[in-house]
Amino acid sequence: MAKILVFSEKKEMGLLSKGWELSAGGGGGQGVAAVASSAEGMAEYFSYGANPVYQADGDHTAAEETWADLLRGIVERGGFQLVLLTSTKRGKEIAARLAYALGAGCVTDVTSLRWEGERLLADRYTLGGNCVATEEILTPVKVCAVMPYAFPVGQPDPARRGDTVVVTLPGESQKRVIERRAKAHETVRLEEAERIVGVGKGLLHKEDLEMVMELAGVLGAEVGCSKPLALELHWFSEDRIIGLTGSKASPKLYLALGVSGQIQHMVGVGRAKTIVAINKSADAPIFKGSDYGIVGDLYQVVPKLVEELKKA
Amino acid sequence: MNIIVCVKEAVDLEQVRVNESTREPTLEGLPLEIEDLSKNAAEEAVRQKEQHGGTVVALAAGLPTLKKTIREVLAMGVDEARLVLHPSLATTDPPSIARILARAILQTEDYGLVLLGEGSADNFSGLVGPIISETLGLPGVTGVRELKIQNGVARCTRDLEDCYEVVEVLLPAVITVTSEINEPRLPSLTDVLKSSRKPVTELQDLGLKEENRTRRVKNIAPPSSRKGVLFQGEAGEAVKSLLEALRRDGVLT
Ligand SMILES: Cc1cc2nc3c(=O)[nH]c(=O)nc-3n(C[C@H](O)[C@H](O)[C@H](O)COP(=O)(O)OP(=O)(O)OC[C@H]3O[C@@H](n4cnc5c(N)ncnc54)[C@H](O)[C@@H]3O)c2cc1C
Repeated sequence: MAKILVFSEKKEMGLLSKGWELSAGGGGGQGVAAVASSAEGMAEYFSYGANPVYQADGDHTAAEETWADLLRGIVERGGFQLVLLTSTKRGKEIAARLAYALGAGCVTDVTSLRWEGERLLADRYTLGGNCVATEEILTPVKVCAVMPYAFPVGQPDPARRGDTVVVTLPGESQKRVIERRAKAHETVRLEEAERIVGVGKGLLHKEDLEMVMELAGVLGAEVGCSKPLALELHWFSEDRIIGLTGSKASPKLYLALGVSGQIQHMVGVGRAKTIVAINKSADAPIFKGSDYGIVGDLYQVVPKLVEELKKA
Repeated sequence: MNIIVCVKEAVDLEQVRVNESTREPTLEGLPLEIEDLSKNAAEEAVRQKEQHGGTVVALAAGLPTLKKTIREVLAMGVDEARLVLHPSLATTDPPSIARILARAILQTEDYGLVLLGEGSADNFSGLVGPIISETLGLPGVTGVRELKIQNGVARCTRDLEDCYEVVEVLLPAVITVTSEINEPRLPSLTDVLKSSRKPVTELQDLGLKEENRTRRVKNIAPPSSRKGVLFQGEAGEAVKSLLEALRRDGVLT
């Protein structure tokens, strides 16, 4: 029997769809409830089958320990057996604290979740992305933080209604927030791109992105990047990171420019149909994980590539 | 004030190979090392010590091989190490490791700060830091990219997906760091030699009988079959050969 509670920082309806599927399995059909971080968009939660929806009076940026505390209370009072969260940094911390408080087994960065008889199995990457481990959660109450956008969104039913339960986030936190500086944010979804040009630290200057954009333009491709280009150099927003901590894409073509091809990056394009790498070092690990490679200076190869593609 | 840094040992992830028939990773014989984010945490601990004084104690729970690998952080400027060693710890789940580390922390005198990575480079569960914070009832801050300590307060800049969040907590606190917080130093040969004289003790009786709440059923590398065709030589020619191949495969029209 499975009664499932969903709390998604990203308001991911895919978690509710997955919740429905799981609640029918494991011997049960007990339904799915959601926790919403504001009064906004309640109808959407209902339309994806959540009932009741616990409407919290805070927002998703409230301290993790207060969210964990609120969720613990809801789980204990409501008798939920499985809590699904989004595996963002906040989501993972909430999952950890909640699991501690409930004595629950917990898996983070989950990419797949299913019943096998009475057993709940969760997949996640291990060894930096080299392998996928299947973890069985052994406790009666279970907590999973799921990779963003891992589960497809099902069909909403706008006619569905449900109960709203107003709940209060505990105010007490040991953290005092001094300020929040929003990051540049884009709505790019590399998961959905047909073609992606990926840029790594082989690109030396920000101005050189112009050349990359031109190539992406003629290819009709989205642009993605390795982690340091977003987090160290800030040339891209984090939505464009490909890999373990970023998007897991499945384009028909992935073209990597000056990317070394560490496993944490490659796990993001494991499902690409064709991978092409341009790297000046013949020893770069990316060539082992590619279908085609050009050993050469991207500053020479990319203009040629643009030239040839324009001819066609 | 003493600073505790919790570190973890892992295999060199670049060297992991897969058994073609079972798809399982072959880890035997691979060199073990202190994994990357633990080194960021150790570096931060040493930098804070250099500013504020005190000593840095490294804690680790894992395999007996730690007795050797822990020297890596001692060479970076960590003053001493205390280890919980047992062969069974290789299959202990992260929350149980966190509870063992929390007990080791309680045995450490006069600590003001506990540092560790926000995840480990190999597993990245992110569970250990928050669970140590819960177990000890101490404030915990995750994903910290900049840390300033002043008058018993830690000012932490968290690097979250949508924002930088600056928070303050009172010490003692448990703080997890990102790989962007610093560049871990490369110890000189003298530092490496000196590190062999630093104390490494084994902690006993920390209640190793932790119950795992998750069990790893299998660990398998996804099948990969890439063609691995390389075009070398003059750029123009290589580009032509590449485009020809992509058109032949129907990837480009
Ligand atoms: C827990 C964890 C999670 C991580 N998650 C991610 C993730 O999600 N995504 C990610 O990308 N990384 C991730 N990383 C980081 C990853 O391990 C690598 O450090 C990173 O991917 C390297 O980025 P890069 O290839 O751009 O840079 P580098 O490794 O510096 O490689 C640059 C490459 O460019 C080549 N080059 C240089 N000049 C030229 C030129 N003129 N022409 C052609 N080639 C050139 C070089 O030969 C080199 O191969 C993670 C790391 C950890 C520890």
